[in-house]
Amino acid sequence: MEGSTSRNLAGAPHLHEGSTTSAMMWTVTLCLAPSGLWGIWQFGLPALAVLVVAIGAALLGEIGMGLVLKRPALRDGSAFLTGLLVGYMMPPAVPLYVPLAASLFAMVVVKWSFGGLGGNWMNPALAGVALALLSWTGAMGSWTAPHAWHAVVAGSFATPIASPEAFVAGGLAHQRGGSGGPIALVALGHYPVSPFSQSVAQWLGSHAGVRIDPHYLDLFVGLVPGSIGEISPPLLILGSVVLFRRRILGWRVPVAYLGAFLLLIWAFGGLPLGGALFQGDPLFHLLAGGIILGALYLATDPVTAAHTPGGMIVYGAGAGALTFLFRDYGSLPAAMPFGIILMNIVVPAIDRVARSRRLGMRAREAER
Amino acid sequence: MSGRISLPERGVALPDRKRLAMDSPIRNANLPSIATIPLSQHLGTPSRCVVRVGERVREGMLIGRPQGIISAAVHSPIPGVVTAIKEIDLPQGSRAEVVVIALDGEFDRLRRDRRAASTGRSEQEILTLLEETGVVGLGGAGFPTHLKLQPPKGVSVDFLLVNGIECEPYLAGDFRLMVERPSEIVEGIRTAAKLLKPRSILIGIQDLYAEAVATMRAACRESGLPIEVVALPARYPLGDERLLVKALVGREIASGLLPLAEGVAVVGVGTLMAVYEAVAFEKPLFERVVTVSGGAVREPANLKVRIGTPIGALLDECGGTKGTPERVVVGGPFTGSAVYDLGAPVTKTTTAVLALSADEVRPGRRTSCISCGKCASVCPSELDPARLFKLVERDLHLDARSEGLLDCSECGCCSYVCPARLPLVETLRVGKRLARESGVA
Repeated sequence: MEGSTSRNLAGAPHLHEGSTTSAMMWTVTLCLAPSGLWGIWQFGLPALAVLVVAIGAALLGEIGMGLVLKRPALRDGSAFLTGLLVGYMMPPAVPLYVPLAASLFAMVVVKWSFGGLGGNWMNPALAGVALALLSWTGAMGSWTAPHAWHAVVAGSFATPIASPEAFVAGGLAHQRGGSGGPIALVALGHYPVSPFSQSVAQWLGSHAGVRIDPHYLDLFVGLVPGSIGEISPPLLILGSVVLFRRRILGWRVPVAYLGAFLLLIWAFGGLPLGGALFQGDPLFHLLAGGIILGALYLATDPVTAAHTPGGMIVYGAGAGALTFLFRDYGSLPAAMPFGIILMNIVVPAIDRVARSRRLGMRAREAER
Repeated sequence: MSGRISLPERGVALPDRKRLAMDSPIRNANLPSIATIPLSQHLGTPSRCVVRVGERVREGMLIGRPQGIISAAVHSPIPGVVTAIKEIDLPQGSRAEVVVIALDGEFDRLRRDRRAASTGRSEQEILTLLEETGVVGLGGAGFPTHLKLQPPKGVSVDFLLVNGIECEPYLAGDFRLMVERPSEIVEGIRTAAKLLKPRSILIGIQDLYAEAVATMRAACRESGLPIEVVALPARYPLGDERLLVKALVGREIASGLLPLAEGVAVVGVGTLMAVYEAVAFEKPLFERVVTVSGGAVREPANLKVRIGTPIGALLDECGGTKGTPERVVVGGPFTGSAVYDLGAPVTKTTTAVLALSADEVRPGRRTSCISCGKCASVCPSELDPARLFKLVERDLHLDARSEGLLDCSECGCCSYVCPARLPLVETLRVGKRLARESGVA
């Protein structure tokens, strides 16, 4: 072993734990997969087509911009994930040019014009969906019945039907005055219930003495009209548990987001329905309209979320509060995307204020 | 011991790679036939060469005389003839003057048998002896020990902390010393305590080293010195001076200041062993314990090595390497330097020679930062390494400085966890230098 050998001379440290960006991205994608499969099961081939187009367009945008800017970056897995999230926030029967446009906008304008992965200051998937909501509001607000409803709802996948929260929002105009709450409203409007939840509620009522409105069960299990990847809270939460355990996901943003949103819903959510203060229905609003997808997978996008521990709390709470405002007082069929991207804009300001203290600063401050 | 606190969940938990060499007792390495001895193996001014080419030297003879306020003496590790005095590149990246000595003649170490108890010497005599024997901090920085054990006038030392953490993976030399030579280390502590007069003495050892905790406790009891041995969680980089001070006595040291400013002195166990040998035997520092390990080394070992021995010879002595290692490192894997020249010499601060396989290095492709925050979550100085990295890359050194760049201890945790494989600590290291040059304090 005398003399010189040519070797890798990179600087210290000479070890690595082995993590990679693409492994992180594919882990998130895998954790999201069950929710998407559930959507495809409930909404059929149209949902699959939307997902394929959304992902395909995102990959196309990534490849195209990589070629133009001579920075091929497809292998990091982030484009696939962005496309998947765009598709998850689309109604199953949306015309396919909508996910196409949303994904291309997300990649080309929002992501790459700010320098590609890590450079964008707004979540690309949310921005793409926001564009779709503003441009094709009607198509983005028209859902189809889930598979589980086919025994009670005539027609096929193509029959438009309002999602629960859109039904409630639409009902507001006609039913002002003491209706009780969103679930009372959907019951009053003869909003469909899956036979599955109907029988589970009956069983619970007669055998366990638990009275629960079957609409809640539909919302919880994911047997409602809605966007493809948003309707199944248990599957979304399951994936997030894996991400949390692998430390890809932190608790601050989701907890702050859900905390602020649910608190405001509870305090003020009853007012638009003619109720009093503190008569809102947090459970309904938690389960409906993609709040869980937003809290766990979108507000938490590390690139566009706040980076400091304190900043994450402020950012999450702000996004939750804005989501509440858009949910209760907005005119578009979705609140979560706008609540989050508006907070994306102020992240730099939040981080500047919320810088944490450093080791040794106490000693230095004492000197002064 | 009020005020002692446990460390926050900073730093990183590492896979246990110490086992490779931990159970291998210290044995003498072969003597080098040619020793290459740098005249700068310490922090401060290089020593001045006092031998000429062709001159015959004896084992332990002075070859480099300290010059300036911060400097250390250098001695010949072997008897022989000076064959060259030249400049070479050291693994750490600096250029240094070296004395090359070809082995020849007898090992008749000067003053080998003159032993005097440390108690029989005055403080000034001890300090002079430490200066003459060229003892420096063996843990990495190489700060001259006679200066470290001499607190400035008016400073009283509250705590003497003995650093037995050895938190870098693979390294096991300090562990072996604590297991094999605990009473000598305690004698070294006695000498240090005589000079520093601390109010209390603590030894910090990581809990992975249960055997060393036991041997050191027993030796402390036997010595009658009031020393407390504290087992701390095995987490990198707990051996970092500032972190150890915080963990053991709860005091925070501002960056750029020595722990002495807060009334704390930190000395490593290897250094205390050298202090003991210097005081008891007047033995110059010309050999040290080096861990030879790594997944690509056939027979990992802990060797007592003469300074100036080429690192390639140590790898050979440990059975050679399995195939071509992905990287050969001098020092610990987190702070050491990769080398290409296997003729590079062991110096006073060489803790280890590692031959690492690709499975250990796990090289990866660099991608963009996605601000995942892992670097900030592990940074023991509680910095945001990704943000500092971006500032340094844009040449905004003063901005980086105001966000704490100089507080970076270069432990390397950020680079270790970065999924985007950014050269975080590598860049911050350069940035620190540029920030110091471009800024006024």
